[in-house]
Amino acid sequence: MISKKPNGAVIYPPDCSKPAEPLVIKGGRVIDPANRIDDTLAVAIKDGRIAAVSREVPKEFDKAKVIDAKGRWVVPGLMDMHVHLREPGREDKETIETGTQAAAAGGFTAVACMPNTNPVLDEEAKIRYVIQRGEGCASRVFPIGAITKGSEGEELAPMGEMVRVGARAVSDDGKAVAKSGIMRNALNYSKSFSIPVICHCEDTGLSQKGNMNEGVVSTRMGVRGIPAIAEEIGVARDLLLAEYTGARIHIAHVSTAGSVRMIREAKARGVNVTAETCPHYFTLIDADIGMYDTNKKMNPPLRTAHDRQAVIEGLSDGTIDVIASDHAPHVSEEKDVEFDAAAFGVAGLETSLGVVLTFLVDKNLLMPADVVEKMSLNPNKILGLPGGTLTVGKAADITIIDLKASWIVDSRHFFSKARNTAFEGFPLKGYACCTILDGRVVFERLS
Amino acid sequence: MALRIRHLLGLDGVSREDIVQILDVADSFHEVLEREIPVVPTLRGKTVVNLFYESSTRTRISFELAEKRLSASPVNFSVSTSSVSKGETLRDTIKNIEAMKIDMVVVRHGAAGVPYFLTQCTDAVIVNAGDGLHEHPTQALLDMMTIRRKFGRLEGLKVAIVGDIFHSRVARSNAWGMKTMGMKVVLCGPPTLLPQHPESLGVPVTDDLDEALGKADVVMLLRLQLERQSSGTFPSIREYRERFGLDLEKLSKLQDNVLIMHPGPINRGIELASNVADGPHSVILEQVTNGVAVRMAVLFLLGGGENEKEVVI
Repeated sequence: MISKKPNGAVIYPPDCSKPAEPLVIKGGRVIDPANRIDDTLAVAIKDGRIAAVSREVPKEFDKAKVIDAKGRWVVPGLMDMHVHLREPGREDKETIETGTQAAAAGGFTAVACMPNTNPVLDEEAKIRYVIQRGEGCASRVFPIGAITKGSEGEELAPMGEMVRVGARAVSDDGKAVAKSGIMRNALNYSKSFSIPVICHCEDTGLSQKGNMNEGVVSTRMGVRGIPAIAEEIGVARDLLLAEYTGARIHIAHVSTAGSVRMIREAKARGVNVTAETCPHYFTLIDADIGMYDTNKKMNPPLRTAHDRQAVIEGLSDGTIDVIASDHAPHVSEEKDVEFDAAAFGVAGLETSLGVVLTFLVDKNLLMPADVVEKMSLNPNKILGLPGGTLTVGKAADITIIDLKASWIVDSRHFFSKARNTAFEGFPLKGYACCTILDGRVVFERLS
Repeated sequence: MALRIRHLLGLDGVSREDIVQILDVADSFHEVLEREIPVVPTLRGKTVVNLFYESSTRTRISFELAEKRLSASPVNFSVSTSSVSKGETLRDTIKNIEAMKIDMVVVRHGAAGVPYFLTQCTDAVIVNAGDGLHEHPTQALLDMMTIRRKFGRLEGLKVAIVGDIFHSRVARSNAWGMKTMGMKVVLCGPPTLLPQHPESLGVPVTDDLDEALGKADVVMLLRLQLERQSSGTFPSIREYRERFGLDLEKLSKLQDNVLIMHPGPINRGIELASNVADGPHSVILEQVTNGVAVRMAVLFLLGGGENEKEVVI
C-alpha cells in the first residue's frame, strides 16, 4: 500500500508481479567508487538491472521514463548493516515492513538486521522467517544470525544451517559474548562459512548498572557510568582472538578513541578486521544528554569530544569502514521515563544520511566517494553481497541524493514506528530524494 | 523577596543569594520551633505530596513535620503502599496525583534526574529529597545552616567530607552549595569510593585522611553502606575504620573548635566512634533539628508563602 507523509515523502512498495519498466536517470553526478566513476552520466535501467552507465542514453531508451537528477548525486543503493527490526516479538516497536519503509525513506535499499528479536534468530527456521517477511518490502533484508543459542553466550548457534538459508553474518549484538573461550570457538567455527563475526564489544563487569559514559558529565549528573574501557577491553580481546584464530571480525558501533586506535593498529598488523560507527558518535557527546534526555541514551553511550574527534579521524583515514545507524526503535513508554529506567537505543534509519551529509560531507571531513564506500560498497563487501556498485548487469538498486535540501528532523514524519531519534529538531542539509530497488522507485519526495 | 529558583532540584547552579535567603528564613523558623506551639499558618490550604520511592526515616519525617508546622496538608506516598508495584510509569503516577489537586511534591527516587523529570510532567513545585547519586539539596542546606549557626559565617571555612563519596548525593550537594558559599571543601575516601572523574565537582578529592583533616573547621562523616564490601570496594570494616573512621585519637589532632557532623544514620564504631558521635564537638542532633527549619524555609519560599514578614507570626 502506498504510504504518504505530510512532508511529501512517499513509499511505493515494489509490485513484483509486473516487470520493472525501463528507466533512465539523467543529469546526475554518478558516484560509483567500485568502478572509479565520479562524473555526470546517465544511468539506464532495464528489467530491473543496470543496462548502461554512459554519457549518452542508449537509443533503445528513447521512450523510457526519465528521472531528472540534475544537481543530485546518483549512487549505488545505500546499505545499513546494523539495524533492529524487532520482528518477531516486538512488532509494537517496529516491523519488517515499517523498518524497511524507514530504510527506503532514508535512502537505503538494503539492511542487515540483528538477531536480538524474540525469539532470538539462532536457527534456520527463524532466519527463513525474516527473509520471507522481507520479500516485497521497500528494501532488501539480510538477517544476521546469533553467535550463541539465545545469545546467551554459552553454546554456539548452528551457523552452517543459518548461513545456508541466507544469514550473512553472526552476532550476539546487544550483548557481548562474555566468555573468551566461547568467542574463540565461535571465531574458529565461523571460518568454514566465509562470514564475519560482528562483535558487540563490552566488558559488562565494568559497564553493568551504567547508563551513560563515565566521565565528568556522569559525575555531575549523578548517573552511573559506562567507562570507555568497558568497550575497549572488549575490542582488545576480540582483536586478539581474531588475530589468533585468523577469523574475520567486524567491530560494531565503535564509540571511543581507544577502540579506533586499537583497530587502526590491528589493521596495520594485518588482522582480518573491519569496523563501523554510527552517526551519533561523530556528532553528539555525553554533555548533549543535558537534562537527562532519554533519546540520547544508547549503548555504547555518547562519549566525549575527544572520542568524537577520534571517530571522525578513524572515518577519514579508513580505520572505520562503515557507517551504520544501529537503528533501535522503541515505544514511547520505554523512553518517557526516568533516565535510568529508559531503554537503550535510538532510531536512526531516517536521519543517518542527512547527518552524514551535514556533519561530514558539508564540513569536508569525508569525500563523496567515501560516503558511498562506507554506506554502500563496504557493507556489501563485508557481508559478501553483490550490491554497492552500478556495474552493468547488477540489480538496479540506486539512491538519488539531494545535497542542497535543508530540512528539520521531525519524527512525526518517520515511516518507522519509532520516534526515539537523538536528532529531533536538528537542521540538516541533504537527504535521499529517490530510492530505487530492482529498477522500481520505492521512495520519493514530492514537492 | 522571591527565590530565583522555582523548584529545588539541587544546589548545582543555585545562586549564593538564594542559598543565603533560605538559610536566613530557616533561622527564623528555628525560633518558631522553640515556641510552645511551633506552628505557623503560612501554607494553610496547600497540599504537599511526599513521594518516596526509596525508604527513608528521617528525611521523610523531617519534611512531614516541616509541612505540618507550616499548616500545609501532607500526603505520604511510599513505594510499598503505591501502585508502583503494579508497573505504573512515573509520569502516570504524578499525573494521577496531580489530578487530585496538589501544590508541591517532595520526591525521593533511586534514579538521578527524577525531580527534573517531574517538572516536565506537572505544574506543581518540586523539591528534591534525594535522587540517585545526584543531589540531596535540603541535606546540604541544613548542613550549611548548622555550620553557620556555630561559626556565624560560612565563607573561608574548611570542610572535610569523608567516606563513600562516589555513592553520596549529600557530598555532591554539599560540594556545590559550599563552594558557592565560598567554603573550602575537600572530599576524602578510599579511591574505590571516589568518583573516577571528579573534576566537575569543582573541589579537591583525596584518599589521604590526614591531608583532608588538616586545618578542617568541620568534619563530615558519611555512612558506609556495609553491603559495598561484597562488591569489592573495601576489604574489611576493620581496615576501613582504621583508615577513614574518626575516633578520639584522630579527633585530638584536630582544631579545638572543630565540628563533627554526620547526615545519619550512623554506623557507630565504623565511620564514627560512639564517644566522638556523642562528644562535645558533635552537632549531629542539631543537624536534625535544623533539618526541619531548613525544609520549612524551602517549602515556604517555593510554596508561595506571601512574604518574609509573615514568617514569624
